[in-house]
Amino acid sequence: MHSLTVYLLVSASLFLLGLLAVMTRKNAVSVLMGIELILNSAGLNFVAFSHFSSGNLNGQAAALFIIIIAAAEAAVALAIFLNLYRLKASSDVNQADLLQG
Amino acid sequence: MEQLSQLIFYCFVALTIGSAIVVVFHRRVIYSAFALLFTFIGVAALYLYLAADFLAVSQVLIYVGGILILIIFGVFLTARIMSLQIPQETHQRYIALIPVILIGIALLWVILSTPWELVTPQVEPTTKELGFLLLTRYLVPFELASVLLLAALVGAMRLARYFRAEE
Repeated sequence: MHSLTVYLLVSASLFLLGLLAVMTRKNAVSVLMGIELILNSAGLNFVAFSHFSSGNLNGQAAALFIIIIAAAEAAVALAIFLNLYRLKASSDVNQADLLQG
Repeated sequence: MEQLSQLIFYCFVALTIGSAIVVVFHRRVIYSAFALLFTFIGVAALYLYLAADFLAVSQVLIYVGGILILIIFGVFLTARIMSLQIPQETHQRYIALIPVILIGIALLWVILSTPWELVTPQVEPTTKELGFLLLTRYLVPFELASVLLLAALVGAMRLARYFRAEE
């Protein structure tokens, strides 16, 4: 098994675990952790392809932008969760139904 | 030497995936948050194996030093204080397994059946070239990212402010 395959398998399993966390967790912070896992798996894929099959650094630049987006997203998401907790006194994502009409 | 390197590599793979499993399945949020630390460190080590030195350091600095601290603060601020044993329930556990398994099979099939075009990997310092790329080819996304970070900073502060004061 070539080592590119190993990286792709690691990244795929991180993605699937993150997807499972996003879909099954009730706590909003845990959902955020699942999203971070997914973003990490995408970054790992970019860097693996950049190393093994392109020979240039474009993939690493993309992974750097992924890290930047993840930081911005975590800050805004946690601010939203704080507000949700103040409104509903819980961090259950099922309680966030203010826009449901 | 090569075999030792391989052994350490697989240790880091096991660390990454094992702690990711703890993140997803542990019943207490704070344990999930600390397991996420080991996932991030494992991914940083994998970046090192991929000869991405600058990215590995940024991963440790930004994810472990920034995002993880934010998440732990989030756990503490949105749960009953003084109880480290915040249980968390899960919902739709079995329905969620169906799309996960389907996507998993599809990914596995694609990964194992595609004939990847490989070049000989080269290991050299990336920081200089990455900085050059960021200020030439990726100049516009780079500036947009700084605007995005500023907007996220202001927006997060505005959102997290104690809003009852304005009513």
